[in-house]
Order: sequence, then structure tokens, then C-alpha cells
Amino acid sequence: MRAWNEIDRSTPDLGSLYQELILDHFKRPRNKGDLEGASHTAHLNNPVCGDEIFLQLAVDGGVIRDAKFSGRGCSISQASISMMTDMLKGRPVSEAGALIARFNEMMHGDPEAARDKQLGNLRALSGVAKFPVRIKCALLGFDALGQALELEGLGGR
Amino acid sequence: MNAHAAAAAATPGAPPAPTLDPRAIHEDFPGLDQTAHGKPLVYLDTAATAQRPRRVLDAVIGYYERDNANVHRGIYELSIRSTDRFEAARATIARFLGASQPAEIVFVRGTTEGINLVASAWGGANVGEGDEIVLSTLEHHSDIVPWQILANRVGARIRWIGIDEQGRIRLDHLDELLSERTRIVCVNHISNALGTINPVAEIAERAHAAGAKVMVDGAQGAPHLDVDVEALGCDFYAVSSHKMGGPMGAGALWAPRELLEEMPPYQGGGEMISIVGPDSSTWAEVPHKFEAGTPNVAGAVGMAAAADYLDKLGHGRIAAHEKALAEYGLEALGTIEGLRMFGPSDPVERIAVFSFEIEGIHPHDIATILDAQGVAVRAGHHCAQPLMRALGVAATTRASCWVYTSTDDIDRLVDGLGVARRVFA
Repeated sequence: MRAWNEIDRSTPDLGSLYQELILDHFKRPRNKGDLEGASHTAHLNNPVCGDEIFLQLAVDGGVIRDAKFSGRGCSISQASISMMTDMLKGRPVSEAGALIARFNEMMHGDPEAARDKQLGNLRALSGVAKFPVRIKCALLGFDALGQALELEGLGGR
Repeated sequence: MNAHAAAAAATPGAPPAPTLDPRAIHEDFPGLDQTAHGKPLVYLDTAATAQRPRRVLDAVIGYYERDNANVHRGIYELSIRSTDRFEAARATIARFLGASQPAEIVFVRGTTEGINLVASAWGGANVGEGDEIVLSTLEHHSDIVPWQILANRVGARIRWIGIDEQGRIRLDHLDELLSERTRIVCVNHISNALGTINPVAEIAERAHAAGAKVMVDGAQGAPHLDVDVEALGCDFYAVSSHKMGGPMGAGALWAPRELLEEMPPYQGGGEMISIVGPDSSTWAEVPHKFEAGTPNVAGAVGMAAAADYLDKLGHGRIAAHEKALAEYGLEALGTIEGLRMFGPSDPVERIAVFSFEIEGIHPHDIATILDAQGVAVRAGHHCAQPLMRALGVAATTRASCWVYTSTDDIDRLVDGLGVARRVFA
């Protein structure tokens, strides 16, 4: 049986897609569950695959105090929303729009966005840009964020 | 080519070999001779659309090169030849489906349009408020949504036949649902999502005893089974050309002539009329009454070439090949740890369509990893969301086989799933 790193060399694209950090967030999703007293919510589904997510935010004084999600999906959608919710906690709502826009830029192959420290761990998802059919999976959580905060024209559907 | 010539052309000159050789058949399909991500393509998505044999492509190009003219209108030789090709294709499809006469074949864009035609034209005239439309839980959205649109328009009700734990239609449940309110029972011949072969003749008998009509979605039936609409005893049978190796955008609806004659037209336009007056018109004879506008003549010609190709391979040999593949695939995939196979466990009750889930790996991830190894499968709900709900999953991975699929292809699938398991270990 071949080892994972051998497989990685024979199919290099797969290695850039399924990075350790992504698999870790998929297997041990952060912030998964129900958020009591949520002030903003969004429910989105991906009609192509039947996946769905429910995003809950607790916003107080213009700051996202807590964020949780539930639902089901592939490794890319689950890792993306897990990392996103991690990053949102303690951030001003006013920064959410820029985050969504920057993440969308990375998903559309912008190399500068893929190096932008502002995106933190989410940069592990930059390889998704090479898999056009999977970009929607990575964006599902961000689309939900835009919908929950009622932000217009920032990559939401 | 007339109907007689079409029938003669389908008769194999030499006695057929006892079994199909998928490697030889592979050579007939130029679309299979390519690589994906640098590896020889293994195409396991035939349930979505089949690859097309060379003779179908030649038939389509040949039609456009030599016989292209509009049908049923011209007086000149070329138009007459085009019309002959179109009507010969109709005769071929009639014979392929076991219809008693070509006039019972309506050319449509595909199974979806065939079902929409029935729901709109027959349903609009025969289904009213309080009536019931019975669908099976195995149905594709194309055999669900047209009925929902009709039901919502006229105030009818949709009833669902349940399935058992192996994805088989529960006939006892059908019996419970049938009543004097039932106007039509709609089932697929083979489930596109699970590969279950449904007992259509038995369903038709029970539905008819209750006074209901039977619509069969034959999209997956035509490529895999020796279809005989009269033996099945159904009232409507719809097929898609592209699922059986013909071109996309073509298909056929079969119904007994008397039934077609009773039905009002579907769409209005050229070709479907007899006399057009200032306020109303009279209709052409069937099947032309249902074929408004210039038809997809090349599509019909290509579809007939696909039917001839399948007849030449021999339906008995196709069935034996698929049964062997089903047995091999069920066993090989059964060795993968954490894999749950949906659909009947008995290869006799199914075709070689493998719909499964693997614990801890989402179908989209499985499909991406297989794709990187040149193996094309489908991941998703397979346009059967009510079925996915009944199975308790959002999506499955589906590998679907056909005449060109070999056990080597299934081995490549199994190897690829091993990689997926190691990535997600």
C-alpha cells in the first residue's frame, strides 16, 4: 500500500487541496453546535450536492462575540466554515464585508489574496481555486455570513 | 431507408458471441479513448449520460452532410429523403421499444419532455381536483416536478409509494395507496440513483385494476433492458437518446395510438396542425399532433443508430454482461471498510449502478479524489432528493457501468477509493 506522501507526488493537485489543516478542521470542526441567544442567523444549501449549513452569530455592540454552525457538507465546506467562525469571534461586524471580499478574491485565484495574512488559516484553502467545481463548497460559509449580516454584493448568491 | 430496411439492418449477420467483450466494445466509443489528469479515463457516469459509439456520430454527421432539409414540407428530393430518414428512425425506435406501430412514437427532447408532455396534455385533460397521482420514492425529479406542477394547477394530490431497506418499491404500499381517486401511477423502469430494476408489469397490473394509468420513466430502462412496452402493460413509456448512446436533445415517448388520439396537443406550432383558421385550428394525425416545430431530425437519426447498435450487441448479452459486472462490483466494493452500498443486494434485481457512501468521507471529496486518478463518477443527490431523504443521506457517490465497462474499470474504482480512505485516514 502506498503512503500518503507518495500519492501526493503522483497527484500533486490533491495534496494542495487536502492540506493537513483542512482535514483537521473537517475531522474536528471548531464552533459546531447551537448558539444560544444568537442575534443573526442564516440557512444556506448547495442545490448541487444537497449540503446545508446553519450559521449563528451573537453580535453585541457592533462586535461578533460568538459564532457557531451546524449542518453537513464536504471537507472543503466544513473546514472553510470552521476556520471562518474561529476567525470571526471578537471581530467588529464592520470587518466582515472585507473578509468575505478577500476570501472570494482568493477563491478566484488572486495570488495576492492567497498570501494576505488577513486571511490567516483560511489561506490553506487557496488550493481550492484550482478545482473550479469545489469553489462553491469553500464559499458556502462566507455566503451564509453575508446573508446573516445582510451584506449585499459581497460574493453572496 | 424505410422501416423494413431499418429492421433488416439490425439483424446481426453472424451468430453473436456468447458474451460481450468490453475491451472490443471500448474501441467503438471514441470518447473513451482519452486521458484524465494524465491517466486513462475510466468513465463510470453512464447513468448521467452514455458515451456514444462511432456509428452514432457517423449517422448524425452523415445526415447533415447528405440528407439535410426540413421534413414533411418539401416537394423536392432532398426534403423527401430527410423525411424518409426521420420516419425510418421512428420505425426503428418503435421496434426497439416493442411498439406495434411507428405512429405510437412521439419524438421529444428527452425523457423529461416526454413526461412533461403526458402531465400537461393527458394530465390536464384527465386529472382534476381531489384526484391522486402516485409516485414512487425512487423517482428522478423529472418524474416528480411535472406532476407537482399539474397537481398544484388542478388541485390534485401527490401520494408516495415507499421503498424497503434495499431500495425496492413496496408493492404492498402501492396496494394501500390505490383507490378510485388514483388517476396515474408513475415509476421508473430502473432507478437512476440506485440501479433497482422495478417490477413494472406487476405495478401496471395493479394500477390498471384500480382504473389508473401507468407512466414509466424509461431513461435507464432503454440502455440496459430489452424493453417491450406491450409486455410491460404500461400506458406511457419515455426514453432519452443520450442515455442509450445517441445524441443529446432527442428522445421518444410511446403511448398506444388510441390514447394519443384522445389526448389534446402539447405545444402549438408548425407541423402539428391540419387547418389553421382565424380563431382555431385542427390537429394533424398522431404522432405529428405532438411534434410542433422543426423536429431534431439528426437527433432521431442518431438515436435510431444507437438502438441498432444495442440490438446488434444483443440484449441478452448486454444483460448477462451487466449482471456479471453487478456481481463483481458488489463483491469488490464490499471489501472496502466503512462502505455502505445502497440498493438491492441481489444482482438479479439491479443493474451495475453502484450508489454508496463511505464513513467519514463526503461524496464530493470521493469524486474529486477519484477524478485526480482518471475515474469519473457522480456525487450528489442524482436528481432524486425524496429518495436521498428516505435513505437518510444528503448525497451518495454513484459509479454507473455500461456495455463498455470492464472489471478492470471497477478495479480502478476500488483502488481510487483506497486512496480516498488513506487521504481521510
